[in-house]
Amino acid sequence: MAVTISAAGAGGRLGGDPVVNDFSIQVATVNGSGSQSANLVLLRSIFRMGIPVSGKNLFPSNIAGLPTWFTIRVNKHGYIARKAQNELVVAMNPETIVQDEAALMPGAVFIYNSDLKFTPSRADVVAVGVPFGSIVASTCQEAKLRKLVTNMVYVGVLAQLIGIELDEIEAALSKQFKGKQKAVALNFDAIKAGAEWAKGNLSLEVPYRLERMDRTQGKIIIEGNRAAALGCLFAGTTVVAWYPITPSTSLCENLIGYLEEHRLDPETGKATFGAVQAEDELAAAGMVFGAGWAGARAMTATSGPGISLMNEIVGLAYFTELPGVIFDVQRVGPSTGLPTRTQQGDLLALYHASHGDTKHPVLIPATPQEAYEFAYQAFDLSERFQTPVFVMLDLDLGMNSWMADPFPYLDSPLDRGPVVTADALSRRVEAAPEGAKHDVFGRYRDVLGDGIPERTLPGTPHPLAAYFTRGSGHTSEAKYSEKPEDYTWLVDRLARKHETARKHVPSPVEDWRGAEVSIVSYGTSEHAAQEARDLLAEQGISTNYLRVRALPFAQSVKEFVKKSRRVYVIDQNRDGQMHDLLRLEIDPADAPKIRSIRHYDGMSLDAMSIVAPVLEMEKH
Amino acid sequence: MATTTPGPQTNRLGLTLNDYKGAPSTLCAGCGHDAITGQIVRAFYEMGVEPHRVAKLSGIGCSSKTPAYFLNKAHGFNSVHGRMPAIATGTMLANRQLIAIGVSGDGDTASIGMGQFVHLMRRNVPMIYLVENNGVYGLTKGQFSATADIGSTLKTGVANDLPPVDLCALAVQLGASFVARSFSGDPKQLVALLEAAMAHRGTALLDVISPCVTFNNHEGSTKSYTAAKELDMPLHTLGFIPAFSPIEAEIVPGETRVVDMHDGSKVTLKNLSRDYDPTSRAGAMATLMESSGKGEFLTGLIYVNEQQPDFISALNLVDEPLATLPEAKVRPGKDVLDKVMESLR
Ligand SMILES: Cc1ncc(C[n+]2csc(CCOP(=O)(O)OP(=O)(O)O)c2C)c(N)n1
Ligand code: SF4
Repeated sequence: MAVTISAAGAGGRLGGDPVVNDFSIQVATVNGSGSQSANLVLLRSIFRMGIPVSGKNLFPSNIAGLPTWFTIRVNKHGYIARKAQNELVVAMNPETIVQDEAALMPGAVFIYNSDLKFTPSRADVVAVGVPFGSIVASTCQEAKLRKLVTNMVYVGVLAQLIGIELDEIEAALSKQFKGKQKAVALNFDAIKAGAEWAKGNLSLEVPYRLERMDRTQGKIIIEGNRAAALGCLFAGTTVVAWYPITPSTSLCENLIGYLEEHRLDPETGKATFGAVQAEDELAAAGMVFGAGWAGARAMTATSGPGISLMNEIVGLAYFTELPGVIFDVQRVGPSTGLPTRTQQGDLLALYHASHGDTKHPVLIPATPQEAYEFAYQAFDLSERFQTPVFVMLDLDLGMNSWMADPFPYLDSPLDRGPVVTADALSRRVEAAPEGAKHDVFGRYRDVLGDGIPERTLPGTPHPLAAYFTRGSGHTSEAKYSEKPEDYTWLVDRLARKHETARKHVPSPVEDWRGAEVSIVSYGTSEHAAQEARDLLAEQGISTNYLRVRALPFAQSVKEFVKKSRRVYVIDQNRDGQMHDLLRLEIDPADAPKIRSIRHYDGMSLDAMSIVAPVLEMEKH
Repeated sequence: MATTTPGPQTNRLGLTLNDYKGAPSTLCAGCGHDAITGQIVRAFYEMGVEPHRVAKLSGIGCSSKTPAYFLNKAHGFNSVHGRMPAIATGTMLANRQLIAIGVSGDGDTASIGMGQFVHLMRRNVPMIYLVENNGVYGLTKGQFSATADIGSTLKTGVANDLPPVDLCALAVQLGASFVARSFSGDPKQLVALLEAAMAHRGTALLDVISPCVTFNNHEGSTKSYTAAKELDMPLHTLGFIPAFSPIEAEIVPGETRVVDMHDGSKVTLKNLSRDYDPTSRAGAMATLMESSGKGEFLTGLIYVNEQQPDFISALNLVDEPLATLPEAKVRPGKDVLDKVMESLR
């Protein structure tokens, strides 16, 4: 058996104390080769050992054949952002093996498939050649099954090298294969064979170790899209209209799965929801707002290209004041861009979606729990304010695996907004003075001065209920009008409504420490930002922090900037969209305090991408 | 002797024709669309539909303005150009108890809205989909639409050199379950078709030639009043007998066909020239192609299928409107959340 082990060079950790529960493992495979199961088993077994983990999938826009990487970050402190470098790398893909080796940090452990035509060349890393072919052949008699379990062998090798408990692996396998005993046994045999082989053939001690902790007790592992789907389920969504697009697809697919399981009427077996795969995003958005008009809680999920197509209907819904929730799971780029990479490039496009003067509430979760809660809240806001509400996720949050506390049951009653029923109309007519009985309802009146009108639903059995909805100019009584004063009244009221929303959207998360330096982030930048703050503190730079969780900005965002000395705004887009938006809305006198940190290569943000520019700019 | 002044006529709900009217029209005097509006008012009145149960929807165009001119007591929605089908689909998903009527133009449907039209037809969303077909864009002042016949001319003399989209043939091909064609100048036929469409459960497409007096009523137009009258080739004389009226006496055996509608109503078809069977899809297709080849403009009930399940039934939705289901029916309990959380550990 050919085993290649080269000693770590000067930069390596070999010989020193092992690093415990603080490193990253990356597996490079070929898309479509079934590595996902092996990777999830790996992730979950470490999680079951009580050690905080996060998993990120870096995959190509391709069904099979192209390179894909899965990264597991193990961190005893609970940091979950991506790290730019990995301590352990498993190379299974002949196409990328040379590049995978070249990218290694000094001291890294490089486990590669020695069946591939490859000779390791780095002296400063530990190269471990594993003959996957012969190990699989020894454990799996049936040749045609071997391909399926090859990837499990590296789970076993890693288990032996860094100390993953086999019991936990078996439990994770059972979860992965839903207790199907044959599949569990087949895969577990391959894992054990990998571990056995490593035990018998590798004499070295790698300097990275896992040790049981108790930091994952009771926690769950979930992707943001699934979390958002759960928010929709418990918010009582009744209409789902969607068109598939990466990385949003799993949001609707998960939701429909949950609806089919939990939302059939127990007496009749009939569905209390309607789910439609629309012909395109134009139609999906039309169905959502048509349903919203008629009183349903309706949603769709899409990504940038779909948002572009939905704009026309979003403008109609804004102007005619229809509820509906749109999830944007962002990917990269103008146009098709990098469909399987992550970015926060749609912020401005969502806030101002459509033409003319439009502005919408945008909720920006950073964690699966927030994806769940904001999804739930989005429907309340949308019906209360009778307007489209966006929930802005990104691929990183939506499609990757995150550790989370179990979600709380949200028991606030559903806010269906100011809907006037036939009974209410009758009561109003009764109470109205003679002569005003026909005037008890006007669709677009500003009843309370907060910009929020009332509505009746189509089908309301009362002669005064009906009104006409139109995207052209209209009066407070929903009558067609082109009068300048009617139009300005209308759009000013819409602006007033938006101001009211400012007080109702999720408020920012703030940590004020009276420091010189402030950091503002939003969405998934949270994770790298928190880690960066700790790293900066180690360098003697204490920081204040604010994470924006929604547009329009809460008043406290402006105040945070006002009391800050210097503000770094972190954006995952080229143009610094949040930075620009903030500068537009704050006191102009505060504008010079703001500096922009931008990350936009499609990879999720890592802490060093914040630390380095802050240190650099702090020098000046 | 005491005299009683006769009150206005009322329908089975005790409502008058006036109760089905809308705002005064702002379209050009003589526009075919207004004539159609008049027949919509009459059909809803005669069928005794409760106005508040109706949702009237449209896209953008002169034709799409018409929902404002009928059924004041119904909720209405002018949406965006060509996207009414999706809005209507969402509306019917939210409240299956509504009676939806969508009014569109040939530009709205056959150009910008073609995609949504096609999918509405194949889904068989329960609604009346009425196209006021004038062969031009009225509201943007007279450009050709995709239903303009080859060789027909604009007012400026410019000739159309592209073949027309035949919305009826398309609908039959797509599996629509009720397809009819009519002419705004034939109130009797139009009312009968509208009433039959109301009795139908599924999409009822009505393609109605509706001359644009301002931009397409000249010589050289094949969708002018004169041309429509000349080319009109009715398939049959139509009668409609609603489910709520006594019927036996009216059906003449022999050359009359009776089509039973889903709700128990009957359409009687008295054949004119041939033994036309509107329940045969292949026959409908062949007849449409044959007559368009001859430059005829075929009117009447072209195709009907009362067996095909409509979209809402196919989705197996609860009987109540989804829009107003109580919280207890749409919001799973904490036990469900706990179960899901357990599965994610
Ligand atoms: C997205 C968009 N593009 C273009 C228009 C301009 N527009 C308004 S009505 C219309 C054509 C209407 O024609 P048709 O549907 O045949 O109705 P008609 O006016 O003839 O009744 C067009 C192109 C629009 N309102 N929206
Ligand atoms: S322009 Fe033509 S379609 Fe429009 S209202 Fe006038 S006659 Fe009717």
